[in-house]
Amino acid sequence: MTTHAIPSRARPPARGFTELVKVEAKLAWRVPVGLVLGVLVPVIFLVIFNAIPALKKPATGSTLTLFAEYIPVLICLSLCLIALVGLPIPVVTNRQMGVLRRFSTTPAPPSWLLAAQVIINLALALIAIVILVAGGALFFGVHLPSQWAGFAVSVLLATATMFAIGLLITAVAASPPVAGVLGTVLLYPLLFFAGLWTPEQNLSPLLQHIGNYTPLGAAVQTMDAAMQGNFPAARPLLVMAAYAIVFGIAAIKLFRWE
Amino acid sequence: MITVRIPGWHGQESVAAGALGISGVPAPNEQVLRESATARSSGNTGPIVTVDGLRKTYGKGVGVQDVSFCVGQGEIFGIIGPNGAGKPTTVECISGLRVPDSGAISVLGLNPQADRAAVRERVGVQLQESALPLFIEVGEVLELFASFYRQPADPAELMEALGLTAKRDTYFRRLSGGLKQRLSIALALIGNPQIAILDELTTGLDPQARRDTWQLIEHVRDRGVTVILVTHFMDEAERLCDRVMLIDHGLVTALDTPVGLAGHAGGSTHLRFVPSAPFPDQALTVLPGVTEIEHEGQRIRVTGTGDLVSTVIRALQAAGVEAREVQVESATLDDAYVRLTHHAGHDREEVLRP
Repeated sequence: MTTHAIPSRARPPARGFTELVKVEAKLAWRVPVGLVLGVLVPVIFLVIFNAIPALKKPATGSTLTLFAEYIPVLICLSLCLIALVGLPIPVVTNRQMGVLRRFSTTPAPPSWLLAAQVIINLALALIAIVILVAGGALFFGVHLPSQWAGFAVSVLLATATMFAIGLLITAVAASPPVAGVLGTVLLYPLLFFAGLWTPEQNLSPLLQHIGNYTPLGAAVQTMDAAMQGNFPAARPLLVMAAYAIVFGIAAIKLFRWE
Repeated sequence: MITVRIPGWHGQESVAAGALGISGVPAPNEQVLRESATARSSGNTGPIVTVDGLRKTYGKGVGVQDVSFCVGQGEIFGIIGPNGAGKPTTVECISGLRVPDSGAISVLGLNPQADRAAVRERVGVQLQESALPLFIEVGEVLELFASFYRQPADPAELMEALGLTAKRDTYFRRLSGGLKQRLSIALALIGNPQIAILDELTTGLDPQARRDTWQLIEHVRDRGVTVILVTHFMDEAERLCDRVMLIDHGLVTALDTPVGLAGHAGGSTHLRFVPSAPFPDQALTVLPGVTEIEHEGQRIRVTGTGDLVSTVIRALQAAGVEAREVQVESATLDDAYVRLTHHAGHDREEVLRP
């Protein structure tokens, strides 16, 4: 056997990571959980909502129609399904089945697998957001967010917050069913305050107040403001940033590689 | 016990049979085997893996108490022992997956913890209970793992060598147990390693697949790769390993060639034959190594240790007696294993049989 001259602290080739992302993308296509839940479901909602005439009326206290106000809500739905279900399930499954362990025997660190999953799911979220915003504008007469920078900041913070929560689920869930239960349990209250079932304005003052401090309540407020042409208020942006930081740090501290 | 019948085997032919290396006749070639193993293991560069005073314990006391050994270049080194003896812990520490509580490990002169990537670059590992994503294709996973190494083997060549070429586009979940094991071996070899650690390779395989896997392991060694083989199948260790380390309750119980280990454990050889003419028992009881003579009708059963077969046959010749229908039963690693672990109070059920 020839002895290779490998420096003792050699790092694995970077090409390995890009190969891994490619393979994970193929796997995400073959088992399209994230694609169906995170992209297809919100788009179907968009099409269905467009067919409801009552939603074409202007929303109370807003320059937008009720239908247009649903676009931030559907973005939140997509982020929820991708970050709370699409991201944790494959990583937890891989960990439970020993795929992470198999990886730790190669020069590639198991954190690559997690990073690749995050990239794939971020890409899915981006696809969903682009379809919802551009599709709404092209086919359903919704104006593109006039305060686009504020919209982008809102979407970025909402994504960071939801992915941090998803990573925390991934970190602590011992098995795929546990991850599934945690994701579902969080999904309903988060989406309730996002206004999936009833717009925020219809809630009692107490619930509205609580909603202001939930990640997706804040996310919908900021996106809504940006769609009406205003830069979002500082408080909901800070609420999201705080969630992203706290849950992100907790996920890193608590992550189990085995 | 294994029994070899050699019909019409008379005194003169015993030496020839021994030299041919017929298994079940351990006495004449024990020394030869031991020497060849030593020659191979000492190699030209000294030990390739050194483990000194390894200790790694977990909450419930499972793990490794104190394990020391060396593995030589080009060797197939077996680690056997009952469940919970500490076999996986030992190899996981060597491959850097676990941090030892104390003790020193050197792999190709590197520290598996400090030189993580460099050790993984040169050590291929096939782990027990490790899996792959269900919907990944055979060719895909080999190409992917190849990209993790600086000087990988050619995936296509490896697939050819392991008979996986036809399964190139097959999903992992569609592979049979034997094919999964072959893929696992291929993945352990994809980085062009100098050392391959293979853990419980043939558990759950049918007899034909086991034999095929054994051949593969021998091919791996022939490629110049040093193999550390963890198993609890005695026949596997006996067939493949140059040296075997028996660990039990986290301690090394024995470390020798399979034949040496079988002998060390007080394993004796039994020789059965029908004499051409009657002779006094004394002619054999005076011989060195002979411990017992029994008459089974016409047949005589001699029990002893050492170079029993040729000693007895020579003595019979001197007495003008010919031995007919000779049967030899030798001590096997199986006997040694049972004897060496039995005192520790293990349930015999733990010793898995194929």
